[in-house]
Amino acid sequence: MITLESITKRFATFEALKSIDLKVRDGEFLALLGPSGSGKTTLLRIIAGLAFPDAGRVRFEGEDVTHLAVAQRQVGFVFQHYALFKHMTVAENVGFGLSVRPRGQLPGKTEIRKRALELLDLVQLADLGNRYPGQLSGGQRQRVALARALAVEPKLLLLDEPFGALDAKVRKDLRRWLRTLHEQMGLTSIFVTHDQDEALELADRVAVMDHGVIEQVGTPDQIYMHPHSGFVSDFVGDTNSLPVDMVGGTATFHGQSIFTHIGALAEGAARLDFRPHDVTIADDSDGCLPIVVSAAYRKGGVWRVEGQLAGKAAPIEVDIDSGAPRPQPGQRLALKIERAQIFSRQAAA
Amino acid sequence: MASLAAPAAIEGQYLDFRSPLRWRRGRKAKRPRSIIPGFGLTMGFTLAWLSLIVLIPLSLIFLRSAGMGWEAFAQVAFSPRAIAAYRISFGTALAAALVNGVFGLIIAWVFTRYTFPGRRMFDALIDLPFALPTAVAGIALTAIYANNGWLGQYLEPLGITAAYNPIGITIALIFIGLPFIVRSVEPVLIDLNVEVEEAALSLGAQPWQVFAHVIFPAIMPALLTGFALALARGVGEYGSVIFIAGNMPFESEIAPLLIVTQLEQYNYDGATAIALVMLAISFAMLLFINVVQAWSRHRTGA
Amino acid sequence: MIAGSPPRRKTPAAICLIGLALGFLCIFLLLPLLTVFVEALSKGLGPFLEALAEPDALSAIRLTLLVAAIAVPLNVAFGLAASWAIAKFDFPGRSVLVTFIDLPFSVSPVVAGLVYILLFGMNGLLGPVLREYDIQIIFAVPGIVLATVFVTFPFVARELIPLMQEQGRDDEEAALSLGATGFQTFCKVTLPNIRWGLLYGVLLCNARAMGEFGAVSVVSGHLRGLTNTMPLHVEILYNEYNFVAAFAVASLLALLALVTLVVKTALEWRFSYVRQGAGS
Repeated sequence: MITLESITKRFATFEALKSIDLKVRDGEFLALLGPSGSGKTTLLRIIAGLAFPDAGRVRFEGEDVTHLAVAQRQVGFVFQHYALFKHMTVAENVGFGLSVRPRGQLPGKTEIRKRALELLDLVQLADLGNRYPGQLSGGQRQRVALARALAVEPKLLLLDEPFGALDAKVRKDLRRWLRTLHEQMGLTSIFVTHDQDEALELADRVAVMDHGVIEQVGTPDQIYMHPHSGFVSDFVGDTNSLPVDMVGGTATFHGQSIFTHIGALAEGAARLDFRPHDVTIADDSDGCLPIVVSAAYRKGGVWRVEGQLAGKAAPIEVDIDSGAPRPQPGQRLALKIERAQIFSRQAAA
Repeated sequence: MASLAAPAAIEGQYLDFRSPLRWRRGRKAKRPRSIIPGFGLTMGFTLAWLSLIVLIPLSLIFLRSAGMGWEAFAQVAFSPRAIAAYRISFGTALAAALVNGVFGLIIAWVFTRYTFPGRRMFDALIDLPFALPTAVAGIALTAIYANNGWLGQYLEPLGITAAYNPIGITIALIFIGLPFIVRSVEPVLIDLNVEVEEAALSLGAQPWQVFAHVIFPAIMPALLTGFALALARGVGEYGSVIFIAGNMPFESEIAPLLIVTQLEQYNYDGATAIALVMLAISFAMLLFINVVQAWSRHRTGA
Repeated sequence: MIAGSPPRRKTPAAICLIGLALGFLCIFLLLPLLTVFVEALSKGLGPFLEALAEPDALSAIRLTLLVAAIAVPLNVAFGLAASWAIAKFDFPGRSVLVTFIDLPFSVSPVVAGLVYILLFGMNGLLGPVLREYDIQIIFAVPGIVLATVFVTFPFVARELIPLMQEQGRDDEEAALSLGATGFQTFCKVTLPNIRWGLLYGVLLCNARAMGEFGAVSVVSGHLRGLTNTMPLHVEILYNEYNFVAAFAVASLLALLALVTLVVKTALEWRFSYVRQGAGS
């Protein structure tokens, strides 16, 4: 169990992390998701011991490691640009962590090489042990970096944008493979990403960060279906936002009620968020949202429809079953919103 | 590009049908396939000027040496005085390059890793030996290190004579060679990603292990290149050395000075023979630099 | 010592290294520079100015400026042509050509002077022909210019070749596709791209051209007031134990070196500034 207690970090005048609390369970695969500048990489480096907080504590299994340097924390760190040692072969890279052990624990040369080759086998690069990193592809380098981090048998594996520098196809293959590896090894892993698909697909839990705070921690399902804030709703998945007025639990848009919210919420101005797929087409316009179609195209199994709303509201995007005929530009549709999140205006601002 | 390539290929085939010889000429003429003009003009000028100024004059050293016959050549080039001069030139250049290797590395490290007051000024100062005429450096160093000089007067009571002997030559060559080492190593140290050092630390390496296993091997090719450049420059250096050297045959006479001495006696053959030996040393050094660079390129797979 | 150690404070080891580096620089670089000026002014301003106003000194200054004014433009023309041919076209033997261009860097300046004596001297290859037409090259200004061109040969080319290679051919191809002639492309597209690098090369080339000693010494003949450049004049004065005058002329050359360093630093700052601006 890794516990972060009110971690704070500033760089000159910039407050990178504002009192972060987070618990990571053993064997968990956790994603730190956020836009650039949200503080996610800084947080990862603090967990690793590559950076140090101005205030707060880092505990591994209850033990305070806040002031321990990276070498003493037994973590494996995979760097964004891999940071492989260019002048060493792949096998020497993987064996490096073993070869710099203090004299008493230093394994023999053949032992180190054997261990390195085992790990290369694990990451499916058994044949490339004698190559230099410069001779490998991006995906292969990534796997070497991972094998190198695993060689010191870390309790905790930390990955900084592990797929950031790879092209789409390689990225997808490696993702699946990393997930399997995590399960096989029974490690605790934390990775940083700005790619929501990556976070939702890989992680057991996702911590969404923005401006140095954690907005929400939860399973991918919770994050997607029940975002706690406008930011999370916006950042994870496609979302439409409407400015609405709440009157007696009903959201009204330009005087027309469009959604009835169950549960207590303050009256007055609010923001209503709904996903493109959370609508159906209604026959009558009572309690519905009327739109004028400006464009429609096929997106997988549905029509993605871009529609204009009354007033100055931004255009919205909705998905309509592609069993129906393709909506034509200029056509009017009445949408019934099946699911939505309502945020008070202050929180959304 | 594609539309240009097609007619040329047809023309080539056509010529091939007529005469194999002309076909070859046709193919050769289209080699610099580029729409950018001026290849013939700039290349012609480059080769002509290079030949006139550098290659033809330098080849005279070889021609004239060849014309001398082995006996006559060896008598001058390998006379005891000449061999003593090579030994002094090479020995002092080697000593200076070693000193510079150590301090140049420290200086490059300090300037790429730390900030401190006066950093910019000192950084500019490192290039002084490139900009300061060698004769000026020579008389200034002599004024400092001579027995009655600024520093020499304090060294003399300690039993150290720092001018008019090989130590003086070495001091002058340290001055001349320093920027070669620093400027070779600096870019590599800058390029060396901090992530790489952090990776080593995260794998449990101690700071000295990070230096020995990660940083030093990475800068080794650049350090060797700088070392060879400083050495090559030091072996041939003349202006800064003659003032502080003492110029005693067999003791503090450098090889370039021996060439000048031969010339002053109008012994052109003698001067040429010694020059040939020095050219051979320079070429060996150039070859060494190229081999080091090819090796490091191969090693990093770039 | 390593980034990522807890605080950003300097460790004792770091302070030691900084002290060592700066101490070394002070003793071996700063001290000689100061010595030149201190010695030049050791007898006051009067003797200093007198030494500079002397006719032989003035003629040495004139000759040095003349030689640089001929040698530097020649090397600029060569550097532009060579870098254009090497950077904008593919041809076999490119790296060999670059090695040849670098050759004068690794040849002793004394050997550089010697080769021209072997070519143009009394007993040289062309000696008899030159004597017939009464053309004097060695122990005269043409020889000094030739020796200077030789030792400064690679400066401009070596600065421009990597710069032009880095910039590639896209800009030129774009200009040509828009109908520019080759000459227009060079003047309006290539030259503005390389102007700072060119200036940098010219600066270094000029500093070496004005300060060259070994090569020029061999071919000059040391005729006072006729074939003495400033560095040679310094040597003569020094050997006559006229130290104040020697250091006075030397201080002018040191001033030239200082100006070179200042402009070079300014250019480097400008370079990195321009590059960062282009990157973001």
